[in-house]
Amino acid sequence: MEYNLKTPLKKEDIEKLNAGDIVYISGEILTARDEAHARILEMGDNKEALPFSLEGAVIYHCGPLMQQTENGWKVVSAGPTTSGRMSKMTPPLLKAHNVRAIIGKGGMKGVADALKNGSVYLAYTGGCAALAAELIKEVKAVYWLDLGMPEAVWVLRVEKFGPLIVGIDVKGKDIFAEVREKAQKQLEKQG
Amino acid sequence: MSTKISRESFIRSIADLLRKTETELPDDVVNAIRKAEAAEENQVAKFQLRAILKNLEIAKKHRVPMCQDTGIMIFFAEIGSEFQPGFDLEAAIREAVILATAEIPLRPNAVDPLTRKNSGNNTGVGIPDIHWKIVPGNQLKITAAPKGAGSENMSSLRMFNPTETGSIKNFVLETIVNAGGMPCPPLTIGIGIGGSFDAAARLAKESLLEPLDAPIEGLEREIFEAVNALGIGCMGLGGSTTALAVRVKKAHCHTASLPVAVNIQCWANRHASVVFGGMSNGI
Repeated sequence: MEYNLKTPLKKEDIEKLNAGDIVYISGEILTARDEAHARILEMGDNKEALPFSLEGAVIYHCGPLMQQTENGWKVVSAGPTTSGRMSKMTPPLLKAHNVRAIIGKGGMKGVADALKNGSVYLAYTGGCAALAAELIKEVKAVYWLDLGMPEAVWVLRVEKFGPLIVGIDVKGKDIFAEVREKAQKQLEKQG
Repeated sequence: MSTKISRESFIRSIADLLRKTETELPDDVVNAIRKAEAAEENQVAKFQLRAILKNLEIAKKHRVPMCQDTGIMIFFAEIGSEFQPGFDLEAAIREAVILATAEIPLRPNAVDPLTRKNSGNNTGVGIPDIHWKIVPGNQLKITAAPKGAGSENMSSLRMFNPTETGSIKNFVLETIVNAGGMPCPPLTIGIGIGGSFDAAARLAKESLLEPLDAPIEGLEREIFEAVNALGIGCMGLGGSTTALAVRVKKAHCHTASLPVAVNIQCWANRHASVVFGGMSNGI
């Protein structure tokens, strides 16, 4: 199945998605990778309010290449980064905030339970940065530029951003885990 | 025949070479991805391979980097023993990297390994990483091969006992299974066998530059077929193309050792060359 979703995402938007479905997202998405995840968690621990809202949000694991022009920031290249690095920080982040979707590449280990009933993992084709940049229509805001260009939180307005493949759905079905398991079995057979 | 080139035109050429490398893939790599898309029966994988091909079209047309990870700057240089540049080539390459970083632009990726402080211009201690080889003749050939971290991070090296040649294939497969979707398959897998600890890694990296459409046999074929039978597929979501190609390079090694290195390359097997001097002077 193919779906077009608009942000902020509601729970019912993602409940209908099954692993393997194709999704396109329009609206706002926020980039966050290692350092931004660490800061979100740290601020939560200190009971500090975030400067942006994660309610119904879509987090994009992306360290974009941006260019500052006279008219503000321009996206040059913005493909997904390896989600595996954020695997440990994601369950506490999802516990504290109603993030409805995570976009990344390569899948995540041990997050299916944390996603269950509330969020989905959407796989974007790794390296497809020029394609992604075309679908990002506007840089709406940037937070935490002190972390550096790739690690800052960029709020982006996107149109029909995708194709995204539902890698882990709300029922806990995880294509990456299934493929990994099969590959492991095949390896044992061949070895 | 004079081998003189101006420092300015050399810097310009290297910066142009980097733009070409970052914005378009060699024909053999694009053809391998096209072939994979045509042969793929898994719909999820097919969809992604199409996205990759569309991404390549956009990057080439608009002359923008195909991937936001524009890599760490690696050059392979073959310098003719009669080639006389008349200026410091390494310093000029470094200047070209700084120029290209601002101009294309490239993401500044070079950081101090411990403080993690970013130099901001893709240069630093040992970066750009330039491998020099002296060859006969009066030409200078420079190949740029920027390498992204996603695939590099999943690469591996093991020192085997000399009698363990039969374990090489399994080591490669283990490395690929462990990597899963993280290094952005479909991959080119470079394998260096022999040499020494560092030479094996160099061989593995160099083998990624070999044409992907060359016929394969022996160990290359055996590993290629075994890797694709794993079913990891495009981006680890399943399918029949985990590797576009497997390339093996060997060197003699010490009788007591057997180093084996696996250098993983994502689908964006970026590399291009420029030749100076002799009859040629362009990309």
